[in-house]
Amino acid sequence: MSNGADTSLPARPRLAPGVRLHFDKARNDWVLLAPERIIEIEGPAQEILRRCDGSRTLDQVIDELAALYTAERAIIAADVTDMLAELVAKRLLV
Amino acid sequence: MTPSAPLGLLAELTHRCPLACPYCSNPLALVDRNDELDTETWVRVFHEAAEMGVLQVHLSGGEPAARRDLTDLVAAAHDSGLYTNLITSAIGLDPQRLARLKAAGLDHVQLSIQDLDAASADRIAGYRGAHDRKLAFARAVTGLDLAFTLNAVVHRANIARVADFAELALTLGAGRVEIAHTQYYGWALRNRAALMPTRDQVTAAMETVERIRPLYANRLAIDLVTPDYYARRPKACMGGWARRTLNVTPAGRVLPCHAAETIPGLEFWSVRDHALADIWAMSPAFNAFRGTDWMQEPCRSCARRDLDFGGCRCQALAIAGDAAAIDPACELSPHHATLLAYAEQDSTPADFAYFHRGRAAPAPA
Repeated sequence: MSNGADTSLPARPRLAPGVRLHFDKARNDWVLLAPERIIEIEGPAQEILRRCDGSRTLDQVIDELAALYTAERAIIAADVTDMLAELVAKRLLV
Repeated sequence: MTPSAPLGLLAELTHRCPLACPYCSNPLALVDRNDELDTETWVRVFHEAAEMGVLQVHLSGGEPAARRDLTDLVAAAHDSGLYTNLITSAIGLDPQRLARLKAAGLDHVQLSIQDLDAASADRIAGYRGAHDRKLAFARAVTGLDLAFTLNAVVHRANIARVADFAELALTLGAGRVEIAHTQYYGWALRNRAALMPTRDQVTAAMETVERIRPLYANRLAIDLVTPDYYARRPKACMGGWARRTLNVTPAGRVLPCHAAETIPGLEFWSVRDHALADIWAMSPAFNAFRGTDWMQEPCRSCARRDLDFGGCRCQALAIAGDAAAIDPACELSPHHATLLAYAEQDSTPADFAYFHRGRAAPAPA
């Protein structure tokens, strides 16, 4: 759980209650739907977020992304960590 | 040209409500129960909304729990792919019914609160015991791990306590608090002399919100609906007329905003007669003030016209007598001084009584 200024990442990240990943077929875009907010999601971010289901560990999410994009794990890990930290700070991810 | 699709739908499922708040956003002429849309029509509206690109539906009222089919309506909205937000007073929602709403796919709950102290809160709501039931309801919401916003409409009787509303929201487990300065339409306009705060009170409340926001960073989002009688520039009302959202009344009329029916001469279409997408694109009421072609000066050549869209049409009508005029909240309006004079006159401390919606008028003070 996030609290105060602590932005350390949860062990098994999941979208916060009231936050949903949704494919907006009218606009052909992935979005995060949250209370009174709609956040556009760029392509690769969607692959990260749909794995944040509370069952996978952060390491598993990174492993799967590295395999999906056949990319160096360290690079993927940095990208994933940055993005998830930002979402934790916005309380969209717990 | 086809307008881009709306993002949000406000579904006013009913005007029935056990509370009688003096700032209620419902119109003065409330829709009768017998004229409410049936379940099947709402289900169709939700499907059509999702198809045309609406992403979020706000199930509101009156009190939406007054509808016995609320669980079916939440399920239908959810199954259409819509994000479902329930805007409620809590009255009529016990923990069992709330659990059924969650199981049906409810995403978020917005609970109104009138004040910090039960006696004052119940007096504002016109309903004894409401406050305590709201607190119990809030605990049930967080107990179900449902996302939750606390909404406080602020006015003269409670504006000194904006910081306390934020603290209460955090204590109750809300992720978000909405401090909504009263918007003076409908019932609130009728009650303006009982609701209007002084300029000093508004300034203090605005400064308080700015001061406490960083203190709650990462714990509680504090959103503000700004007051406009003491403003220098108008709000971007509804994010622009017929631009982002639409309202469906309990009777099925489709409006660009809550108060649009106060504007004479506008032709509203109903979901009983037309598809929602056709209403959005073609109904005269939506096209009346869509875009910028309808604007008069000084809006037409204003650098801010695509930021505030000329402010609010209903307020322009109510104060300036012309729905196409510049919103008098703007200091460029020739009626700006009039708006300010109304505020200063109505904020004068005096004995006051509320006109509670749906109830007998108060005795003269």
